[in-house]
Parts: sequence; C-alpha cells; structure tokens
Amino acid sequence: MVAGGGSAGGGVGAAAGRLMNLARSTRFPLSAPSWPSTVDRPDPDRKIGLDYDHEWSRRYPVRLARAMVMDNVARPLARVVAPATVRGLEHLKHVEGPVIFAANHASHVDTPLLLTTLPVEFRHRTIVAAASDYFFDRTWKSILWSFSLAAIPIERSKVNRRSADMAAELLEDGWNLVIFPEGGRSPDGWTQEFRGGAAYLARRTGRPVVPVYLHGTRHVLPKVAGGRDARGPGGSGSESRRGGGLRRSPISVLFGAPLTPDEGENARRFSERIEASVAILAREVDGDWWVARRSVSRVDARPGAELSHRGPEAPAWRRAWDLDTPPNQVRGMKRWPE
Amino acid sequence: MSRRPGFVLEVDKSTPPTLFWDGEGFTLETLPEGSRVIYAPEPMKALDDPYGAIRHALLNPLGDRDPLPALLFAGMKLTICFDDISLPLPPMESPDIRQMVIETVLDMAADAGVDDVMLVAALALHRRMTEDELRHALGNRVYDAFAPHGLLTQHDAEDPENLLFLGQTDEGEDIEINKRAATSDLLVYVNINLVAMDGGHKSVATGLASYRSLRHHHNPHTMTHSKSFMDAPKSELHSSNWRMGRFIADAGVKIFQIETTLNTDTFPPSFSFLQKREWEWNLRDRASYAASSAALGKVPPRMARQIFHSIKSPHAMTSVQAGEVEAVHAVTTENVWAQQGVDVTGQTDIMTLGLPYICPYNVNSIMNPILVACLGLGYFFNLYRGKPLVREGGVLILRHPTRPEFHPGHHPSYIDFYEQVLTQTVDPVRIHKEFEESFATDPWYIHLYRTGHAYHGVHPFYMWYWCAHALEHLGRVIIVGGDPVAVRRLGFSPASSMNDALEIASDVVGPSPTLTHLHAPPIMMADVH
Repeated sequence: MVAGGGSAGGGVGAAAGRLMNLARSTRFPLSAPSWPSTVDRPDPDRKIGLDYDHEWSRRYPVRLARAMVMDNVARPLARVVAPATVRGLEHLKHVEGPVIFAANHASHVDTPLLLTTLPVEFRHRTIVAAASDYFFDRTWKSILWSFSLAAIPIERSKVNRRSADMAAELLEDGWNLVIFPEGGRSPDGWTQEFRGGAAYLARRTGRPVVPVYLHGTRHVLPKVAGGRDARGPGGSGSESRRGGGLRRSPISVLFGAPLTPDEGENARRFSERIEASVAILAREVDGDWWVARRSVSRVDARPGAELSHRGPEAPAWRRAWDLDTPPNQVRGMKRWPE
Repeated sequence: MSRRPGFVLEVDKSTPPTLFWDGEGFTLETLPEGSRVIYAPEPMKALDDPYGAIRHALLNPLGDRDPLPALLFAGMKLTICFDDISLPLPPMESPDIRQMVIETVLDMAADAGVDDVMLVAALALHRRMTEDELRHALGNRVYDAFAPHGLLTQHDAEDPENLLFLGQTDEGEDIEINKRAATSDLLVYVNINLVAMDGGHKSVATGLASYRSLRHHHNPHTMTHSKSFMDAPKSELHSSNWRMGRFIADAGVKIFQIETTLNTDTFPPSFSFLQKREWEWNLRDRASYAASSAALGKVPPRMARQIFHSIKSPHAMTSVQAGEVEAVHAVTTENVWAQQGVDVTGQTDIMTLGLPYICPYNVNSIMNPILVACLGLGYFFNLYRGKPLVREGGVLILRHPTRPEFHPGHHPSYIDFYEQVLTQTVDPVRIHKEFEESFATDPWYIHLYRTGHAYHGVHPFYMWYWCAHALEHLGRVIIVGGDPVAVRRLGFSPASSMNDALEIASDVVGPSPTLTHLHAPPIMMADVH
C-alpha cells in the first residue's frame, strides 16, 4: 500500500521541518542540559525519568483522546510526510496478542510511523518503551510522550529490574509493546547490535515477538549527531539545512512472522534470532521475500557466518555507500526556484 | 547539604557537552561515549573566624616550637617572609591570607616590643611584585607601615651583599639564601599552600635561595625523578629541598613556619558555572556562559586578558597551622588532599585538558607558549598521586590558543628562549647542558630581574624542565586551537578541533582509546589506583 501526497503536504512538511529545526537549534547551553544516566538525581521528588507515574496515560478517556489524535491527525499527516509501503501485515492476522514489536531504530519518527501503520486492533492497545533519560527527563516531555505515544520510561544503558517488571506487568495486562532493541538510533542507518530486553520479556511473559524493519525513516528525519557542526560543512548551504527537520520521503514498514523462544533457548540466543529476522526483512526491501530468503540461505551456508544488518566494517563513507541511496526525487519537490 | 566529594563521570548519550577552558575563554566539547570526566570536590567550608584560627595556631604551635609570643623579645631581629604573586591563583579577594597572618604576627611582635622587623617577599627567581600587588597581598596598613621605611623588601637572588652561603649538603648541594632571613633571631615564613607541592622546606630553601642553590633541584634529572612533585615522598624535587631545609635548620636558622590552606571556591558568582557540573547548570549559569562566551569572542585577546586578570577569587581559608616546618607541613598536606583529592581507578590512553588563562608565572601578564607547556605538562599533568592519569606512551590533548605572544617586561628571556633555544632542540637535557648557563649569567637579564619586573634569565629553562617528566612519559602532545607555528615550535602537534586531535591521537593509541578529561580548574589531585 502506498499512500499519496501532494504539494499541500509539502507545505505542511516544510512547516513541520522548520519547527523541528527551531527545536534542534536550541541546544545546550541555550536549552537546559540533559542529565547523565550514570548520575543519580539529587531530588527524588521530581518524579521524572524512571520515577514518572504514567498510569494515567492508559485510562480510558486518555486512550480515547489519543486514538482521536492518532487516527485524525497523525495518520493523515504520516501519509503526507512519509507515504508508507507496508508488507507482512498478514503475520498479525492470526497472532494472539499481546505481542512485542521489535524494530530497528534510525529516526525519531520511527515510533509514530510504526504506530500509524499498525492494524486498528493493535494500534490503540500498544505502549512504547522509551528511553527514560531522553524522553522522560523533563516533566513536560514525560506528559507529552505518555499522552501521544503511550510511552513508558525504560532504562537503556543498563539492566534495570524496575523497567523490566513494569514492561512485563503491562504485557500481562494485555498491552502490546513496541521496543527498539538497539537501545538508541542508529548513527548511519545500519542496524546496531540488539540488546536482550525484547528477548528477555518474551521469555518471561511467553508473548511472541514480531520483528519489524523500518526502511527510509532516516531520510524523513535524520539523526543529527554531534550538534550543529555535524549538519554539514556550510553554515547556510543546502547541506546544513538537510541535516535538520522533517523532509518528505517514502518509507517501507515490513512485519515478520512472530517468533517465540525455543525450548531451552536463552535470551541472548533468542535476541540474535530476532536480529536475524529483522535482517531478513531488511533484505526484502529491495526485492521480495524469496530473494531475501535465498540470500540468507547463502549466508547461512558459510560456517560461522552471522546474519545481521550491521553493515561492513569499513570507513563511514563506505558504510553509507553500501547501505542505500536516498530517494532521488520526492513528489512535490520544486523543479525550479520561485 | 554536606560537601560532595570529587566525582568521576562516565560520559553517555545523555551527558551534556563538557566545558573546556580555552585560554581567555572557554568552549563546550562533546566527548566520546565511555569517556571519563573528573570533577573536583566541592569547596570545603571556610573557617568561621580566620583571625581567631590564626591566633590559635600561633599560640599552639606544632612540633618542637614554642608559641610565637614566647619567641619574640625586645631587641631581637625578626624577619617575616611571605609567598609572592604566584600564589594563590587567581589572586584572592581582599583581605588576602598573607595580610591576615602578617597583621596577627605583627600585633604579637608589637606587644613584645620588637623593633627590628623586616618583611621579605620570597621571590626566588620570580619577578618583583608591583606596589599594587604588594598592597593587595599585605593590605595598606602593613604596606604603609613598612614600605616607606625600606622595611618591606623583595628577595634579590642576584644581590651578593644580601646572600649568605651556609654550606653544602651531603649530596653536594650548595645552600645560599637571603642573608637578612638567615641572620635573624627568628624567621617567620607565611605560606599559602595552594597545591600539595607548596610549602614545607621548599618555602625557605627555594623561595629565599639564589641560582647557585636552586640549580641543584631545578634541573631535568630532578624533574624526571619527581613522580609526581605533588607527592612529596616520591619527589626528588622535595627530597633535595628537605635536605637543604634540614641543613638550614642545623645551621642555626630558627624558622617559625605558618602554613595555610584554601578551599576550591575559585571563581566569583558571575563565573560560578566554571566550577559546576554541566548537567547542574541552571538558567543563570547558562545565560552567563552564553553571554560571556559571546562577549569574549568579540573582544580582542588583550581586552579578554584584562577582563580575566581582574578576577579576584573568593578562595577562603580552610586551615592554618604553625610551628616547626615538618610537623606543620604534614598537617597542611593532609588538609590539601582532603580538599582536592579525587579517587580515580586506572589510567587512560588519552588525557584531555582545557588550559585557563592563568598559571603561577603570568599573573597580570601574558600566558606565552612556554608557560602553556609548563601549565599543561608541568602542573596539570603532575596533579596525581600513585600513577600518572595517562598511561606511559599515551597522549595528552590540551586546548589553548597558544599565541606566540610575550610580555617583554615580565618575560624577556622567554622571548630569546623561544627564538634561540626551542628552534635548536626541545630536549630538556640538551637544553640544560648547552644553553642554561649563558642565560642564567647574562648580565642584561640579571639587570632586568633586579631593577625591573622581569623573571630571571634562567626561568624559562625551569619552566621547560617542569615538563620533563611528562615529555618522557607521553607518546604525543596535541594542542587544539593553538597557533600551529607556536605549537610545532614546542615540539607538539597542532589540531584544529577535538575530533582532529582524537584522529591524530589514534596513530599513537589506536582507534578505540580510553579518554579522561580533568575538569580543572578548580584544582584537584587525582589519586590514581
């Protein structure tokens, strides 16, 4: 399925992009500093981060309001800004929820774009595991993400029993969970090593894991690493603009077959299997399931070969070169200066 | 809330950029994830009643010394010596500790009817202080009572009439010190112990000595065998000074040592962000940083220098002890470590430092390239006990503009050292052998030292020897943002950005090095296990 877009969408996208650029331009010290996750906060009364009480965000009136925003604002906007090709929804037809969606992570738009492509029976009953040090480090951010994405705070830099207990309880309460096992956005689009959180929760709760591959989201909202200098060599050139806000670009969302841990399979092994399933989905982007499966079979035939989507061990430009190319032309792009 | 000890932060994704000093300015750098940043302990509480504490120390001396009033008597010859402009850093708000201590000593001397009192600034080979600097250190009351009558003097290490040769230690070290001090019935030394290196026998054996004496411990051999000179038991510099100090005591010079320690409350409230952890910066801190960075970026370096050198530090006294030199210094050193010590586990491949605008030898002056090297490799590198923070063969990355600028009045011999010596070699041993004597005995430099406000001709050599331990230990030194010609003249590698510096460093320490940043000033000492 490909959603269309037009010139009006370009205006909305550009405006959103400008807003994102403005938000990004106010970095520390102009904006308040973030708090290192390795340092304890002195004031436990602040109730943010892992301490944030997000139970309100799953009450019925809030769910209703969120569903209205999601269906009437977010989904139409997503169709305009990031027209999506969605594959593999059939895998969700016969799976018994709740499930854990384990996806690769390349952009901040991954979460809303994934949620907006979920079938309705999942969409409004899904919570998102979000980094407590990033999305819950301010009260206003905690409220925003709890409401808009039903996000819950997760400790990502180390194993945290509270995070795990909370996620497991919500799964057992019937909530689906979106988790990005990489622990953070990929710096270059290649998948990073999966951490064991999704696999651990699946083993603990017995719920299946649905692998998801999100393709092209990094072109919609690229990760800007290292501040303003990283945006490009020119202060006002096109490169510096391209590093920042939202840009219209098509994406693909691929759902894989649900996975459950095998008898005796530990969390580490299961996590490797989830990562391999996402890697297979990544190969489907440029072809089809059969092409991907055959290429995987060839890889697997080599002794000791690992199936992943982590890219070659090569300098940054070579990794970028091998990954993919951004869309040459986006519908709505102006062909000459006004 | 109780004072927080020093802290080693592990940088992660959420860590805000880290403040680096950059000469007369500062910048924020994003360090790689997994790097360590060492923050100084918070300032200790100041003494509630500093004058009362001073009196208590003078009346209850440590070691084999009577209370000061018992040592004072009518008709005696009393000399009060004090540390010079190099301490503390930055200069402290009035009243200076020296003023408080000397006023108290003079009160007791007046009560005892002592008439023959002379004050001597213990300069060693440093520049003479100006009237304003002396007034700031001693207060107007003391200055106006002594200076007009010629009773406030500054030690002259090149005045043969006022030097006394006391003899040689068992190691053959010549001991020649200020004659007035050596021939007094009592020598009271008023010290400020900013770092663990200061004080003890070094006060008299260095501060009041001549070149003939100083050359025995200010040389490349001593410096490379001082690991570090902040750790007296492992410092050859201190061993030599201790031998000399004991010889001076045995020769009959009676010293009443008064040592003081300061807390690390280094910057006034308008610059308080400089001593806070970045993630604790409040709106005012961020506004101060943004405003001062923007302003400093717009003004010429000369004006920025004037702004910074006008800063007076709110340092406060945390302890004062008096009596016999070694007994006093043992307590002082403990107090310094209690304020400045930070436990650090393990060495690092790369150590980064942002160098500030000031070091002991450019107060109210210019930080020239030789002083940049001395501050980074001499002072900051040596702020350790146990093992150096950076491993042997590791890399030191400094951030400083390193402009080839010199104060011609204060540092005349530095200019020639930079142009004539460093163009030949940067090897401290070769410099010592081939060039030192000609600079040390140059009559023009001696004239400027004695009559103007110039550092002695040999002083830049000592600054270079100060770097000898680090030069021997490190695989490479990189200066970020420095003048490339000046940086190369020092024998170091220039880099335009921290990322470039890390790339250059990877040639020495490999592609995945460990990195530790010393977030100083405020001053701290790494206790490396």
